[in-house]
Amino acid sequence: MSSAIFKRRKIVNKLSLVLATLTMMISMVFLVWVLVTLVMKGFSAIAPSMFTQMTPPPGTDGGLANAIVGSLMIVGFATLVATPIGILAGVYLAEYGRRGWLAPTTRFVNDIMLSAPSIIVGLFIYTVYVANVKHFSGWGGVLALSVIAVPVVVRTTENMLRLVPNSMREAAIALGAPMWKVIFMVTLRSVKSGVMTGVLLAVARISGETAPLLFTALNNQFWSMDMNAPMANLPTVIFQFAMSPYEDWQRLAWGGALLITFGVLGLNIFVRIVLRQRTN
Amino acid sequence: MNTMSEATKLHIESPKIWVKNLDFYYGSLHSLKGVNLQLAANKVTAFIGPSGCGKSTLLRTLNRMYDLYPGQRATGEILFNGKNILAKDQDLNALRARVGMVFQKPTPFPMSIYDNIAFGVKLYEKLSRSDMDDRVEWALRKAALWEEVKDKLNNSGLGLSGGQQQRLCIARGVAVKPEVLLLDEPTSALDPISTAKIEELVDELKIDYTICMVTHNMQQAARISDYTAYMYLGEMIEFGQTDQIFIKPQKKQTEDYITGRFG
Repeated sequence: MSSAIFKRRKIVNKLSLVLATLTMMISMVFLVWVLVTLVMKGFSAIAPSMFTQMTPPPGTDGGLANAIVGSLMIVGFATLVATPIGILAGVYLAEYGRRGWLAPTTRFVNDIMLSAPSIIVGLFIYTVYVANVKHFSGWGGVLALSVIAVPVVVRTTENMLRLVPNSMREAAIALGAPMWKVIFMVTLRSVKSGVMTGVLLAVARISGETAPLLFTALNNQFWSMDMNAPMANLPTVIFQFAMSPYEDWQRLAWGGALLITFGVLGLNIFVRIVLRQRTN
Repeated sequence: MNTMSEATKLHIESPKIWVKNLDFYYGSLHSLKGVNLQLAANKVTAFIGPSGCGKSTLLRTLNRMYDLYPGQRATGEILFNGKNILAKDQDLNALRARVGMVFQKPTPFPMSIYDNIAFGVKLYEKLSRSDMDDRVEWALRKAALWEEVKDKLNNSGLGLSGGQQQRLCIARGVAVKPEVLLLDEPTSALDPISTAKIEELVDELKIDYTICMVTHNMQQAARISDYTAYMYLGEMIEFGQTDQIFIKPQKKQTEDYITGRFG
Protein backbone atom coordinates (compact mmCIF):
# COMPACT_ATOMS: atom_id res chain seq x y z
CA MET A 1 0.00 0.00 0.00
CA SER A 2 1.31 3.38 -0.93
CA SER A 3 1.05 6.35 1.34
CA ALA A 4 -0.87 8.13 -1.40
CA ILE A 5 -3.99 6.22 -0.56
CA PHE A 6 -3.77 7.26 3.08
CA LYS A 7 -3.17 10.83 2.09
CA ARG A 8 -6.26 10.73 -0.10
CA ARG A 9 -8.34 9.30 2.73
CA LYS A 10 -7.14 12.02 5.07
CA ILE A 11 -8.15 14.71 2.59
CA VAL A 12 -11.58 13.16 1.99
CA ASN A 13 -12.04 12.87 5.73
CA LYS A 14 -11.18 16.54 6.26
CA LEU A 15 -13.43 17.54 3.40
CA SER A 16 -16.48 15.73 4.77
CA LEU A 17 -15.83 17.16 8.22
CA VAL A 18 -15.70 20.67 6.79
CA LEU A 19 -18.89 20.14 4.77
CA ALA A 20 -20.80 18.73 7.75
CA THR A 21 -19.63 21.54 10.02
CA LEU A 22 -20.55 24.14 7.43
CA THR A 23 -24.13 22.89 6.96
CA MET A 24 -24.53 22.63 10.71
CA MET A 25 -23.38 26.24 11.08
CA ILE A 26 -25.78 27.47 8.41
CA SER A 27 -28.77 25.94 10.14
CA MET A 28 -27.58 27.14 13.53
CA VAL A 29 -27.16 30.71 12.24
CA PHE A 30 -30.83 30.91 11.31
CA LEU A 31 -31.97 29.30 14.53
CA VAL A 32 -29.92 31.69 16.65
CA TRP A 33 -31.00 34.61 14.48
CA VAL A 34 -34.66 33.79 15.07
CA LEU A 35 -34.13 33.42 18.81
CA VAL A 36 -32.10 36.62 19.14
CA THR A 37 -34.66 38.66 17.21
CA LEU A 38 -37.40 37.15 19.32
CA VAL A 39 -35.68 38.00 22.58
CA MET A 40 -34.72 41.52 21.49
CA LYS A 41 -38.17 42.46 20.26
CA GLY A 42 -40.18 40.51 22.77
CA PHE A 43 -38.27 41.12 25.96
CA SER A 44 -39.50 44.69 26.33
CA ALA A 45 -43.09 43.46 26.29
CA ILE A 46 -42.53 41.09 29.19
CA ALA A 47 -43.98 42.80 32.24
CA PRO A 48 -46.27 41.75 35.08
CA SER A 49 -49.15 43.40 33.29
CA MET A 50 -48.77 40.94 30.45
CA PHE A 51 -49.90 38.17 32.77
CA THR A 52 -52.62 40.12 34.59
CA GLN A 53 -54.37 42.26 31.99
CA MET A 54 -56.61 41.39 29.07
CA THR A 55 -55.83 41.99 25.42
CA PRO A 56 -56.41 45.72 24.96
CA PRO A 57 -58.02 47.81 22.30
CA PRO A 58 -55.40 49.73 20.36
CA GLY A 59 -53.87 52.64 22.21
CA THR A 60 -54.56 51.44 25.73
CA ASP A 61 -52.53 49.41 28.21
CA GLY A 62 -53.13 45.72 28.36
CA GLY A 63 -51.67 42.26 28.51
CA LEU A 64 -52.19 38.74 27.28
CA ALA A 65 -53.74 37.10 30.35
CA ASN A 66 -56.85 35.82 28.55
CA ALA A 67 -54.80 34.53 25.60
CA ILE A 68 -52.27 32.81 27.87
CA VAL A 69 -54.96 31.02 29.86
CA GLY A 70 -56.90 30.19 26.69
CA SER A 71 -53.80 28.70 25.06
CA LEU A 72 -52.95 26.70 28.18
CA MET A 73 -56.46 25.28 28.33
CA ILE A 74 -56.79 24.46 24.64
CA VAL A 75 -53.31 22.97 24.33
CA GLY A 76 -53.70 21.20 27.69
CA PHE A 77 -56.99 19.54 26.79
CA ALA A 78 -55.74 18.70 23.30
CA THR A 79 -52.70 16.98 24.86
CA LEU A 80 -54.95 15.07 27.27
CA VAL A 81 -57.06 13.88 24.34
CA ALA A 82 -54.21 13.12 21.95
CA THR A 83 -51.77 11.38 24.31
CA PRO A 84 -53.79 8.26 25.18
CA ILE A 85 -55.18 7.93 21.66
CA GLY A 86 -51.75 8.39 20.10
CA ILE A 87 -49.96 6.02 22.46
CA LEU A 88 -52.59 3.30 22.14
CA ALA A 89 -52.64 3.60 18.35
CA GLY A 90 -48.84 3.46 18.30
CA VAL A 91 -48.97 0.35 20.48
CA TYR A 92 -51.41 -1.22 18.06
CA LEU A 93 -49.19 -0.52 15.07
CA ALA A 94 -46.00 -1.76 16.73
CA GLU A 95 -47.27 -4.68 18.81
CA TYR A 96 -50.50 -6.03 17.40
CA GLY A 97 -50.39 -5.01 13.77
CA ARG A 98 -48.16 -7.82 12.60
CA ARG A 99 -50.82 -9.46 10.48
CA GLY A 100 -53.53 -8.15 8.19
CA TRP A 101 -54.13 -4.95 6.26
CA LEU A 102 -55.38 -2.64 9.02
CA ALA A 103 -51.99 -1.67 10.43
CA PRO A 104 -50.24 -0.83 7.15
CA THR A 105 -53.25 1.20 6.07
CA THR A 106 -53.40 3.05 9.37
CA ARG A 107 -49.67 3.76 9.18
CA PHE A 108 -50.06 5.16 5.68
CA VAL A 109 -52.99 7.39 6.63
CA ASN A 110 -51.13 8.49 9.75
CA ASP A 111 -48.13 9.55 7.67
CA ILE A 112 -50.43 11.63 5.46
CA MET A 113 -52.00 13.22 8.55
CA LEU A 114 -48.53 13.96 9.88
CA SER A 115 -47.79 16.22 6.95
CA ALA A 116 -51.32 17.52 6.32
CA PRO A 117 -51.49 21.32 6.19
CA SER A 118 -52.98 22.46 9.48
CA ILE A 119 -55.35 24.86 7.78
CA ILE A 120 -57.11 21.84 6.28
CA VAL A 121 -57.51 20.32 9.70
CA GLY A 122 -59.03 23.62 10.85
CA LEU A 123 -61.47 23.64 7.94
CA PHE A 124 -62.37 20.03 8.63
CA ILE A 125 -63.25 20.66 12.28
CA TYR A 126 -65.09 23.83 11.18
CA THR A 127 -67.24 21.77 8.83
CA VAL A 128 -67.97 18.79 11.04
CA TYR A 129 -68.17 20.51 14.43
CA VAL A 130 -68.22 24.32 14.46
CA ALA A 131 -70.72 24.63 11.62
CA ASN A 132 -72.98 22.08 13.28
CA VAL A 133 -73.07 23.66 16.75
CA LYS A 134 -73.23 27.05 15.01
CA HIS A 135 -70.64 28.87 17.15
CA PHE A 136 -66.88 29.03 17.55
CA SER A 137 -65.62 27.45 20.75
CA GLY A 138 -62.63 26.36 22.80
CA TRP A 139 -63.65 22.74 22.32
CA GLY A 140 -63.47 23.20 18.56
CA GLY A 141 -59.87 24.33 19.02
CA VAL A 142 -59.17 21.31 21.23
CA LEU A 143 -60.52 19.00 18.53
CA ALA A 144 -58.46 20.61 15.77
CA LEU A 145 -55.23 20.57 17.78
CA SER A 146 -55.85 16.94 18.84
CA VAL A 147 -56.18 15.91 15.21
CA ILE A 148 -52.79 17.50 14.58
CA ALA A 149 -51.14 16.05 17.70
CA VAL A 150 -52.31 12.44 17.43
CA PRO A 151 -50.22 11.49 14.35
CA VAL A 152 -47.06 12.87 15.98
CA VAL A 153 -47.59 10.76 19.10
CA VAL A 154 -48.54 7.68 17.05
CA ARG A 155 -45.39 7.96 14.94
CA THR A 156 -42.94 8.37 17.80
CA THR A 157 -44.60 5.73 19.97
CA GLU A 158 -44.46 3.20 17.17
CA ASN A 159 -40.86 4.06 16.32
CA MET A 160 -39.80 3.78 19.95
CA LEU A 161 -41.55 0.44 20.45
CA ARG A 162 -39.90 -0.92 17.33
CA LEU A 163 -36.54 -0.26 18.94
CA VAL A 164 -37.37 -2.69 21.76
CA PRO A 165 -35.60 -5.94 20.89
CA ASN A 166 -37.91 -8.88 20.27
CA SER A 167 -35.96 -10.84 22.87
CA MET A 168 -37.38 -8.54 25.56
CA ARG A 169 -40.93 -9.30 24.42
CA GLU A 170 -40.23 -13.00 24.16
CA ALA A 171 -38.72 -13.06 27.65
CA ALA A 172 -41.90 -11.64 29.14
CA ILE A 173 -44.14 -13.85 27.03
CA ALA A 174 -42.06 -16.89 28.01
CA LEU A 175 -43.13 -16.31 31.61
CA GLY A 176 -46.73 -16.73 30.53
CA ALA A 177 -47.59 -13.04 30.63
CA PRO A 178 -50.59 -11.98 28.53
CA MET A 179 -49.81 -9.58 25.70
CA TRP A 180 -51.26 -6.47 27.34
CA LYS A 181 -49.13 -6.96 30.43
CA VAL A 182 -46.05 -7.48 28.30
CA ILE A 183 -46.76 -4.20 26.54
CA PHE A 184 -47.66 -2.01 29.48
CA MET A 185 -45.28 -3.39 32.08
CA VAL A 186 -42.26 -4.25 29.96
CA THR A 187 -41.99 -2.85 26.44
CA LEU A 188 -43.72 0.51 26.90
CA ARG A 189 -41.89 0.96 30.16
CA SER A 190 -38.51 0.45 28.56
CA VAL A 191 -39.13 3.28 26.09
CA LYS A 192 -40.96 5.60 28.48
CA SER A 193 -38.68 8.57 27.90
CA GLY A 194 -38.85 8.20 24.12
CA VAL A 195 -42.65 8.14 24.20
CA MET A 196 -42.69 11.20 26.46
CA THR A 197 -40.44 12.99 23.99
CA GLY A 198 -43.02 12.24 21.31
CA VAL A 199 -45.77 13.79 23.42
CA LEU A 200 -43.58 16.86 23.97
CA LEU A 201 -42.94 17.15 20.25
CA ALA A 202 -46.69 17.14 19.74
CA VAL A 203 -47.18 19.80 22.42
CA ALA A 204 -44.50 21.94 20.82
CA ARG A 205 -46.11 21.51 17.44
CA ILE A 206 -49.64 22.46 18.51
CA SER A 207 -48.60 25.32 20.79
CA GLY A 208 -47.83 27.49 17.80
CA GLU A 209 -50.59 26.38 15.43
CA THR A 210 -52.63 29.35 14.25
CA ALA A 211 -54.61 28.32 11.19
CA PRO A 212 -56.69 25.57 12.84
CA LEU A 213 -57.64 27.89 15.71
CA LEU A 214 -58.80 30.65 13.36
CA PHE A 215 -61.59 28.34 12.21
CA THR A 216 -62.44 26.87 15.58
CA ALA A 217 -61.62 28.71 18.81
CA LEU A 218 -61.45 32.04 16.95
CA ASN A 219 -60.51 34.66 19.53
CA ASN A 220 -61.98 36.54 22.45
CA GLN A 221 -61.06 39.97 23.70
CA PHE A 222 -62.31 39.25 27.18
CA TRP A 223 -61.54 36.90 30.01
CA SER A 224 -63.35 33.63 29.42
CA MET A 225 -62.83 30.13 30.71
CA ASP A 226 -65.93 28.82 28.97
CA MET A 227 -64.74 26.12 26.60
CA ASN A 228 -68.09 26.33 24.80
CA ALA A 229 -67.52 29.93 23.75
CA PRO A 230 -64.94 31.54 21.47
CA MET A 231 -61.65 31.58 23.31
CA ALA A 232 -58.61 33.81 23.24
CA ASN A 233 -55.31 32.11 22.48
CA LEU A 234 -51.75 33.22 21.88
CA PRO A 235 -51.29 32.24 18.21
CA THR A 236 -54.36 34.04 16.91
CA VAL A 237 -53.63 37.07 19.09
CA ILE A 238 -50.09 37.14 17.74
CA PHE A 239 -51.46 36.82 14.22
CA GLN A 240 -53.96 39.61 14.72
CA PHE A 241 -51.66 41.96 16.66
CA ALA A 242 -48.58 41.46 14.53
CA MET A 243 -50.51 42.33 11.36
CA SER A 244 -51.96 45.48 12.91
CA PRO A 245 -50.52 48.95 12.39
CA TYR A 246 -50.54 49.70 16.13
CA GLU A 247 -47.13 49.65 17.78
CA ASP A 248 -48.30 48.54 21.23
CA TRP A 249 -50.16 45.61 19.65
CA GLN A 250 -47.05 44.63 17.71
CA ARG A 251 -45.03 44.77 20.92
CA LEU A 252 -47.51 42.44 22.65
CA ALA A 253 -47.35 40.08 19.69
CA TRP A 254 -43.58 39.79 20.08
CA GLY A 255 -44.04 39.19 23.78
CA GLY A 256 -46.51 36.41 23.09
CA ALA A 257 -44.19 34.77 20.58
CA LEU A 258 -41.36 34.85 23.11
CA LEU A 259 -43.66 33.35 25.71
CA ILE A 260 -44.68 30.38 23.52
CA THR A 261 -41.07 29.67 22.53
CA PHE A 262 -39.72 29.69 26.04
CA GLY A 263 -42.78 27.93 27.41
CA VAL A 264 -42.15 24.98 25.10
CA LEU A 265 -38.41 25.09 25.81
CA GLY A 266 -39.05 25.17 29.57
CA LEU A 267 -41.48 22.26 29.38
CA ASN A 268 -38.91 20.25 27.43
CA ILE A 269 -36.17 20.86 29.95
CA PHE A 270 -38.48 20.15 32.88
CA VAL A 271 -39.68 16.79 31.52
CA ARG A 272 -36.13 15.77 30.63
CA ILE A 273 -34.94 16.47 34.16
CA VAL A 274 -37.86 14.60 35.72
CA LEU A 275 -37.35 11.59 33.44
CA ARG A 276 -33.62 11.51 34.10
CA GLN A 277 -34.15 11.54 37.86
CA ARG A 278 -36.68 8.72 37.63
CA THR A 279 -34.41 6.47 35.62
CA ASN A 280 -31.44 6.96 37.93
CA MET B 1 -40.46 -41.09 7.70
CA ASN B 2 -36.90 -42.26 7.58
CA THR B 3 -35.91 -40.50 10.74
CA MET B 4 -37.04 -43.20 13.15
CA SER B 5 -33.81 -45.00 12.51
CA GLU B 6 -31.99 -47.00 15.14
CA ALA B 7 -29.93 -43.99 16.14
CA THR B 8 -32.93 -42.01 17.37
CA LYS B 9 -34.95 -44.81 18.86
CA LEU B 10 -33.95 -44.50 22.48
CA HIS B 11 -36.81 -45.39 24.78
CA ILE B 12 -37.44 -43.32 27.86
CA GLU B 13 -39.90 -44.34 30.57
CA SER B 14 -42.79 -41.87 30.92
CA PRO B 15 -41.13 -38.88 29.23
CA LYS B 16 -41.99 -35.38 30.39
CA ILE B 17 -42.19 -34.22 26.81
CA TRP B 18 -42.73 -36.48 23.83
CA VAL B 19 -42.20 -35.02 20.37
CA LYS B 20 -43.78 -37.09 17.63
CA ASN B 21 -43.24 -36.57 13.91
CA LEU B 22 -42.76 -32.86 14.28
CA ASP B 23 -42.50 -30.76 11.13
CA PHE B 24 -41.90 -27.04 11.25
CA TYR B 25 -42.24 -24.36 8.60
CA TYR B 26 -41.03 -20.77 8.39
CA GLY B 27 -43.44 -19.81 5.66
CA SER B 28 -42.54 -22.20 2.88
CA LEU B 29 -39.17 -23.14 4.39
CA HIS B 30 -39.38 -26.65 5.80
CA SER B 31 -36.99 -26.44 8.72
CA LEU B 32 -37.83 -29.41 10.97
CA LYS B 33 -38.41 -32.72 9.27
CA GLY B 34 -40.20 -35.48 11.10
CA VAL B 35 -38.44 -34.96 14.42
CA ASN B 36 -39.02 -37.52 17.17
CA LEU B 37 -37.71 -37.01 20.66
CA GLN B 38 -38.42 -37.86 24.26
CA LEU B 39 -37.35 -35.64 27.13
CA ALA B 40 -36.80 -37.47 30.40
CA ALA B 41 -38.12 -35.89 33.57
CA ASN B 42 -35.52 -34.38 35.91
CA LYS B 43 -32.75 -34.81 33.40
CA VAL B 44 -30.80 -32.42 31.23
CA THR B 45 -31.15 -32.92 27.50
CA ALA B 46 -28.76 -31.03 25.21
CA PHE B 47 -29.43 -30.17 21.57
CA ILE B 48 -26.27 -29.88 19.51
CA GLY B 49 -25.59 -29.34 15.84
CA PRO B 50 -24.24 -26.73 13.44
CA SER B 51 -25.92 -23.32 13.06
CA GLY B 52 -29.21 -23.47 11.23
CA CYS B 53 -29.78 -27.16 11.98
CA GLY B 54 -33.07 -26.41 13.74
CA LYS B 55 -32.15 -26.94 17.38
CA SER B 56 -33.38 -23.51 18.49
CA THR B 57 -36.46 -23.96 16.33
CA LEU B 58 -37.17 -27.23 18.08
CA LEU B 59 -36.73 -25.59 21.47
CA ARG B 60 -39.11 -22.81 20.51
CA THR B 61 -41.85 -25.27 19.60
CA LEU B 62 -41.81 -26.67 23.14
CA ASN B 63 -43.37 -23.51 24.59
CA ARG B 64 -44.93 -22.48 21.26
CA MET B 65 -42.89 -19.28 21.16
CA TYR B 66 -43.10 -19.45 17.37
CA ASP B 67 -46.81 -18.70 17.66
CA LEU B 68 -45.98 -14.99 17.99
CA TYR B 69 -44.91 -14.78 14.40
CA PRO B 70 -47.21 -15.05 11.42
CA GLY B 71 -46.20 -17.67 8.88
CA GLN B 72 -44.53 -20.01 11.35
CA ARG B 73 -46.32 -23.28 11.97
CA ALA B 74 -45.75 -26.76 13.30
CA THR B 75 -47.44 -30.05 12.51
CA GLY B 76 -47.21 -33.33 14.36
CA GLU B 77 -47.57 -33.85 18.08
CA ILE B 78 -45.82 -32.62 21.19
CA LEU B 79 -47.12 -34.38 24.27
CA PHE B 80 -46.47 -32.54 27.52
CA ASN B 81 -47.57 -34.68 30.47
CA GLY B 82 -49.50 -36.69 27.89
CA LYS B 83 -51.41 -33.76 26.38
CA ASN B 84 -50.79 -32.43 22.88
CA ILE B 85 -49.67 -28.81 23.23
CA LEU B 86 -49.91 -28.19 19.49
CA ALA B 87 -53.68 -28.61 19.79
CA LYS B 88 -55.71 -25.51 18.94
CA ASP B 89 -57.35 -25.33 22.35
CA GLN B 90 -54.04 -25.18 24.20
CA ASP B 91 -53.92 -22.08 26.44
CA LEU B 92 -50.54 -20.53 25.56
CA ASN B 93 -50.08 -18.47 28.71
CA ALA B 94 -50.79 -21.49 30.89
CA LEU B 95 -48.35 -23.56 28.85
CA ARG B 96 -45.61 -20.95 29.12
CA ALA B 97 -46.09 -20.66 32.85
CA ARG B 98 -45.20 -24.36 33.08
CA VAL B 99 -42.51 -24.42 30.41
CA GLY B 100 -40.09 -21.60 31.17
CA MET B 101 -37.40 -20.25 28.88
CA VAL B 102 -34.06 -18.47 29.20
CA PHE B 103 -32.55 -16.82 26.15
CA GLN B 104 -29.11 -16.40 24.67
CA LYS B 105 -28.88 -12.71 25.49
CA PRO B 106 -29.75 -11.62 29.02
CA THR B 107 -33.05 -9.75 28.97
CA PRO B 108 -33.67 -8.10 32.33
CA PHE B 109 -36.88 -6.05 32.38
CA PRO B 110 -36.59 -2.29 32.95
CA MET B 111 -37.46 -2.57 36.63
CA SER B 112 -35.82 -3.39 39.94
CA ILE B 113 -34.13 -6.73 40.60
CA TYR B 114 -36.93 -7.59 43.01
CA ASP B 115 -39.66 -6.71 40.51
CA ASN B 116 -37.91 -8.65 37.76
CA ILE B 117 -38.49 -11.79 39.83
CA ALA B 118 -41.90 -10.80 41.19
CA PHE B 119 -43.27 -9.93 37.73
CA GLY B 120 -43.73 -13.54 36.65
CA VAL B 121 -44.86 -14.76 40.07
CA LYS B 122 -47.58 -12.11 40.29
CA LEU B 123 -49.09 -13.35 37.04
CA TYR B 124 -50.32 -16.57 38.57
CA GLU B 125 -50.09 -16.32 42.33
CA LYS B 126 -51.34 -13.86 44.87
CA LEU B 127 -48.69 -13.80 47.56
CA SER B 128 -48.46 -11.65 50.65
CA ARG B 129 -45.54 -9.24 50.81
CA SER B 130 -43.54 -11.53 53.09
CA ASP B 131 -44.29 -14.64 51.02
CA MET B 132 -43.17 -12.74 47.95
CA ASP B 133 -39.97 -11.69 49.72
CA ASP B 134 -39.33 -15.34 50.52
CA ARG B 135 -40.00 -16.39 46.94
CA VAL B 136 -37.66 -13.76 45.53
CA GLU B 137 -34.92 -14.83 47.91
CA TRP B 138 -35.53 -18.50 47.13
CA ALA B 139 -35.30 -17.90 43.37
CA LEU B 140 -32.20 -15.74 43.66
CA ARG B 141 -30.54 -18.37 45.85
CA LYS B 142 -31.44 -21.06 43.31
CA ALA B 143 -29.72 -18.99 40.64
CA ALA B 144 -26.67 -18.42 42.87
CA LEU B 145 -27.21 -14.69 42.74
CA TRP B 146 -28.59 -13.92 46.20
CA GLU B 147 -25.29 -13.13 47.90
CA GLU B 148 -24.36 -10.64 45.19
CA VAL B 149 -27.63 -8.70 45.07
CA LYS B 150 -29.29 -9.09 48.50
CA ASP B 151 -28.39 -5.50 49.48
CA LYS B 152 -29.57 -3.90 46.26
CA LEU B 153 -32.84 -5.60 45.43
CA ASN B 154 -34.39 -2.24 44.62
CA ASN B 155 -31.75 -1.29 42.10
CA SER B 156 -32.47 -1.65 38.42
CA GLY B 157 -31.79 -5.07 36.93
CA LEU B 158 -30.09 -3.30 34.03
CA GLY B 159 -27.22 -2.28 36.31
CA LEU B 160 -25.95 -5.83 36.78
CA SER B 161 -23.07 -7.40 34.83
CA GLY B 162 -23.85 -9.68 31.89
CA GLY B 163 -23.34 -12.87 33.90
CA GLN B 164 -25.42 -11.55 36.78
CA GLN B 165 -28.16 -10.47 34.38
CA GLN B 166 -28.29 -13.97 32.91
CA ARG B 167 -28.55 -15.51 36.37
CA LEU B 168 -31.29 -12.98 37.14
CA CYS B 169 -33.14 -14.24 34.06
CA ILE B 170 -32.72 -17.81 35.26
CA ALA B 171 -33.99 -16.81 38.72
CA ARG B 172 -36.95 -15.16 37.03
CA GLY B 173 -37.70 -18.34 35.13
CA VAL B 174 -37.28 -20.51 38.21
CA ALA B 175 -39.42 -18.25 40.43
CA VAL B 176 -42.67 -19.16 38.70
CA LYS B 177 -41.90 -22.84 39.44
CA PRO B 178 -42.31 -24.28 35.96
CA GLU B 179 -41.97 -27.99 35.27
CA VAL B 180 -39.65 -27.62 32.31
CA LEU B 181 -36.91 -25.08 31.72
CA LEU B 182 -35.76 -24.37 28.16
CA LEU B 183 -32.31 -22.82 27.86
CA ASP B 184 -31.35 -21.36 24.49
CA GLU B 185 -27.55 -21.06 24.50
CA PRO B 186 -27.65 -19.51 27.96
CA THR B 187 -23.89 -19.11 28.31
CA SER B 188 -22.80 -18.12 24.82
CA ALA B 189 -22.53 -14.45 25.76
CA LEU B 190 -20.81 -15.05 29.09
CA ASP B 191 -17.26 -15.27 30.40
CA PRO B 192 -15.88 -18.62 31.65
CA ILE B 193 -16.55 -17.89 35.32
CA SER B 194 -20.18 -16.96 34.79
CA THR B 195 -20.50 -19.96 32.49
CA ALA B 196 -19.20 -22.29 35.18
CA LYS B 197 -21.66 -20.83 37.67
CA ILE B 198 -24.56 -21.38 35.33
CA GLU B 199 -23.46 -24.92 34.55
CA GLU B 200 -23.34 -25.74 38.25
CA LEU B 201 -26.75 -24.21 38.54
CA VAL B 202 -28.21 -26.36 35.78
CA ASP B 203 -26.87 -29.42 37.54
CA GLU B 204 -28.69 -28.40 40.72
CA LEU B 205 -31.87 -27.32 39.01
CA LYS B 206 -32.50 -30.70 37.44
CA ILE B 207 -33.46 -32.05 40.86
CA ASP B 208 -36.67 -30.08 40.51
CA TYR B 209 -36.98 -29.39 36.81
CA THR B 210 -36.73 -31.04 33.45
CA ILE B 211 -34.13 -29.12 31.51
CA CYS B 212 -33.63 -28.78 27.82
CA MET B 213 -30.70 -26.83 26.51
CA VAL B 214 -29.36 -25.69 23.16
CA THR B 215 -25.61 -25.29 23.07
CA HIS B 216 -22.83 -24.74 20.57
CA ASN B 217 -20.29 -25.82 23.12
CA MET B 218 -19.65 -29.53 22.83
CA GLN B 219 -17.73 -29.76 26.10
CA GLN B 220 -20.64 -28.11 27.82
CA ALA B 221 -23.07 -30.66 26.46
CA ALA B 222 -20.73 -33.44 27.54
CA ARG B 223 -20.27 -31.94 31.01
CA ILE B 224 -23.81 -31.24 32.07
CA SER B 225 -26.31 -33.18 29.99
CA ASP B 226 -27.73 -36.65 30.57
CA TYR B 227 -29.07 -37.00 27.06
CA THR B 228 -27.85 -35.45 23.84
CA ALA B 229 -29.61 -34.92 20.55
CA TYR B 230 -27.56 -34.24 17.43
CA MET B 231 -29.41 -32.45 14.69
CA TYR B 232 -28.45 -31.61 11.14
CA LEU B 233 -30.44 -29.76 8.47
CA GLY B 234 -33.69 -30.06 10.39
CA GLU B 235 -33.41 -33.76 11.07
CA MET B 236 -32.76 -35.61 14.29
CA ILE B 237 -29.64 -37.56 13.37
CA GLU B 238 -28.87 -39.20 16.65
CA PHE B 239 -30.34 -39.14 20.12
CA GLY B 240 -29.08 -41.03 23.12
CA GLN B 241 -27.40 -40.93 26.46
CA THR B 242 -24.69 -38.30 26.48
CA ASP B 243 -21.91 -40.77 27.38
CA GLN B 244 -22.85 -42.92 24.47
CA ILE B 245 -23.10 -40.06 21.99
CA PHE B 246 -19.71 -38.73 22.93
CA ILE B 247 -17.86 -42.02 23.42
CA LYS B 248 -19.47 -44.30 20.91
CA PRO B 249 -21.74 -42.47 18.48
CA GLN B 250 -23.67 -44.79 16.21
CA LYS B 251 -23.48 -42.56 13.17
CA LYS B 252 -20.48 -41.36 11.26
CA GLN B 253 -22.08 -37.89 10.92
CA THR B 254 -22.38 -37.49 14.67
CA GLU B 255 -18.84 -38.62 15.22
CA ASP B 256 -17.54 -36.16 12.62
CA TYR B 257 -19.38 -33.31 14.28
CA ILE B 258 -18.35 -33.97 17.85
CA THR B 259 -14.75 -34.58 16.93
CA GLY B 260 -14.67 -31.35 14.95
CA ARG B 261 -14.11 -32.94 11.55
CA PHE B 262 -17.39 -31.55 10.32
CA GLY B 263 -17.42 -29.71 6.99
